[in-house]
Amino acid sequence: MTYEITDDPLILAGRRFGSRLIVGTGKYATFDLMRKALALSGAEIVTVAVRRVNLSDQSGSSLLDYIDTGRFMILPNTAGCYTAEDAIRVANLGREAGLSDWVKLEVIGDEKTLFPDTEALVAATKALVKDGFVVLPYTNDDPIVARKLQDAGAAAVMPLGAPIGSGMGIQNPANIRIILETMTVPVIVDAGVGTASDAAIAMELGCDGVLMNTGIACARDPLAMAVAMKLAVRSGRLAFKAGRIPRKLYATASSPVQGVPK
Amino acid sequence: MMTLLINGETRSLLRAAHIAELIRFLGIKPDRIAIELNRRVVKKTEWGTTRLQDGDRIEIVQFVGGG
Repeated sequence: MTYEITDDPLILAGRRFGSRLIVGTGKYATFDLMRKALALSGAEIVTVAVRRVNLSDQSGSSLLDYIDTGRFMILPNTAGCYTAEDAIRVANLGREAGLSDWVKLEVIGDEKTLFPDTEALVAATKALVKDGFVVLPYTNDDPIVARKLQDAGAAAVMPLGAPIGSGMGIQNPANIRIILETMTVPVIVDAGVGTASDAAIAMELGCDGVLMNTGIACARDPLAMAVAMKLAVRSGRLAFKAGRIPRKLYATASSPVQGVPK
Repeated sequence: MMTLLINGETRSLLRAAHIAELIRFLGIKPDRIAIELNRRVVKKTEWGTTRLQDGDRIEIVQFVGGG
């Protein structure tokens, strides 16, 4: 694998990544557009879903024809699974398809919100960790659940900013901050990022990374948005490390108060 | 003659086969796919030796775009 290693790498399960932006491969108008967006985003990890092969029609091109697996790490998800049992099955299928034993674990509780069923999520995390998977669970912004996932052996926790595909940004920054204070594993905001500032805000809070799909794929110009997101994650991270000024109710002049010509 | 449920579709085979033969029969490329037989993942190394039986449920999956 050829990853661009910087002096501020994202470290997941002992592996170093130069990019703190993880992107999904769904919802693109064409595979070619997806390929270009992935490249422009600077991401090193991309998520994919696991679905039935179409038995009647295999003429279409396949996703992996458009992803250089030497350059990108494939992270299979368990999207569409509503029980721990199904998520475990899909995780195993993803591993068997042969590219890694990492999994973005989703156990969905509700079709409208796509919020996680956290009880099943914790159970599935425990089972998959025991079976040797590197588990990155998509969770909510509840710090108690995050702690349970960490205790269960998750390699990171991935709290949602807002519902998947909603573009509402970071709805509960206070909880994300609490999660950041209580976790020792990396915290990656996953879901709800709508535009560049949302990603920057997540990084400014201190998150270790951001995962997004719709925010780029469904932007009017996905290629421009891919660049914007890459820059936003980087700038947010730099700002976090630079140490922001405190928020104050009243002004403090930036220019000297004395010596004003009168 | 046996009846199988493959990816939710009923298919018939004229004779007994193992999974590797089924894949060839269906014209599916063996790369980057995974197979489940009766809800249990079958490793690629076992495709040539896992025989199918009447009533078996098979899932053949691949990676597609997703978030």
